[in-house]
Amino acid sequence: MIHLSKVNKSYGTVKVLIDCSLTVKKGEVVVICGPSGSGKSTLIKTLNALEPVQSGEISVNGVVVNDAATNLSELRSQVGMVFQHFELFPHLSVLDNLRLAQIQVLGRDHTEATQRAQSLLSRVGLQAHAHKFPTQLSGGQQQRVAIARALAMDPVVMLFDEPTSALDPEMVGEVLDVMVQLAQEGMTMMCVTHEMGFARRVAHRVIFMDGGCILEDCSSAEFFGDVTQRTPRAQEFLSKVLAH
Amino acid sequence: MTFDFTFFSGSLLQTYVLHGFLFSLQLTVLATCGGIVLGTVLALMRLSQRALFHWPATVYVNGMRSIPLVMVLLWFFLLMPFLLGRSIGAEVSAVITFIAFEAAFFCEIIRSGIQSIPKGQTSAAIALGLSQQQTLRWIVLPQALRNMTPILLTQVIILFQDTSLVYAIGAYDMLKGFEIAGKNSGRPVEAYLAAALIYFLICFSLSQLVRHLQQRTSFTK
Repeated sequence: MIHLSKVNKSYGTVKVLIDCSLTVKKGEVVVICGPSGSGKSTLIKTLNALEPVQSGEISVNGVVVNDAATNLSELRSQVGMVFQHFELFPHLSVLDNLRLAQIQVLGRDHTEATQRAQSLLSRVGLQAHAHKFPTQLSGGQQQRVAIARALAMDPVVMLFDEPTSALDPEMVGEVLDVMVQLAQEGMTMMCVTHEMGFARRVAHRVIFMDGGCILEDCSSAEFFGDVTQRTPRAQEFLSKVLAH
Repeated sequence: MTFDFTFFSGSLLQTYVLHGFLFSLQLTVLATCGGIVLGTVLALMRLSQRALFHWPATVYVNGMRSIPLVMVLLWFFLLMPFLLGRSIGAEVSAVITFIAFEAAFFCEIIRSGIQSIPKGQTSAAIALGLSQQQTLRWIVLPQALRNMTPILLTQVIILFQDTSLVYAIGAYDMLKGFEIAGKNSGRPVEAYLAAALIYFLICFSLSQLVRHLQQRTSFTK
């Protein structure tokens, strides 16, 4: 479903991704973790070409992402993305946030887009808020709307960029619940997160990054199982995040 | 010195002032609409990565903003007959000049409005598959326009005051109407005072509206 091969990216002389290669199969849930600035977010943003790369090959669902001939709009509509700061459109109601791209990009008519939006809102437990504006919702509710907005495009892959990092602790659970449900339904997911509980419980695989390199790529059972088998950098990271 | 306002009558205002007042309003409305449309185009050109768009717009905007309006009015009015071979009249000339001149100012307001929209908003729109044009049309411009409404209105107030500069090319605006009414009744000072009062009332109520809008938008944030 997702394939990266020897991907390199730099800003001037600063290398942010170095020879990153990975494969994600359909239905797999992959968690990417690592210290700040390790290139995690950049890596998943290369998958829908929000971040261009200098070399290597990226393909999603059989489409080569970094090819000038690729219809990026079509590709992006199939790759759902959820951001750290939600990025709902503040001038549009919740319903219109979910409808806009369905109508403009997928060419759905108004009725169809509304039905799809409403069924997704009830799925994330927010059908009662359809006519509110994003600022009237809590952070957790906003992030659930953002997930529903991405799902409204019927994506084949969902990317999450630290979806719970900007939330109050009380609201992390409601967002993770939606993500767990999605994973259980067989959605292919890549998730940058520091929620190790989520990684342990839901992820099939864990990727550990540092300094733009993928240092670990193994099953979550392996990653959280025998720590002594991990690279020293991953051991250090794990000892810090699992200590409390 | 005593003032005598008794010479003012409905018919005097109707004869001399009314159509000048209407022209001032018309000029303000046309210059605002035309200026915003042309200003948006200029703003997008200035924000473009392509030198072909970026540089002409930048030169135009900086040029216009560095010349006094009254000189632009004069030049355009005096040069047009040479270029076209006939005069287009002071009023038409004023409308064209105002649109061209105000566009430079609206451009800078709109450009900063567009730049005030966080990059995350564009990323989210692009990630949903919207094209650059669709992102601009549905996400960036609606939010930018809302943010800049107070400052756009402030510019309209300045614009309305500036319409009085058309005296330089002899166009018949509100000020001219009062001037002629004053001359014909032998009461020029009172006429100018009355004109000032009208300008004040219009501009003051508009700026109260701006204040009201600013308070309202700051509440929703």
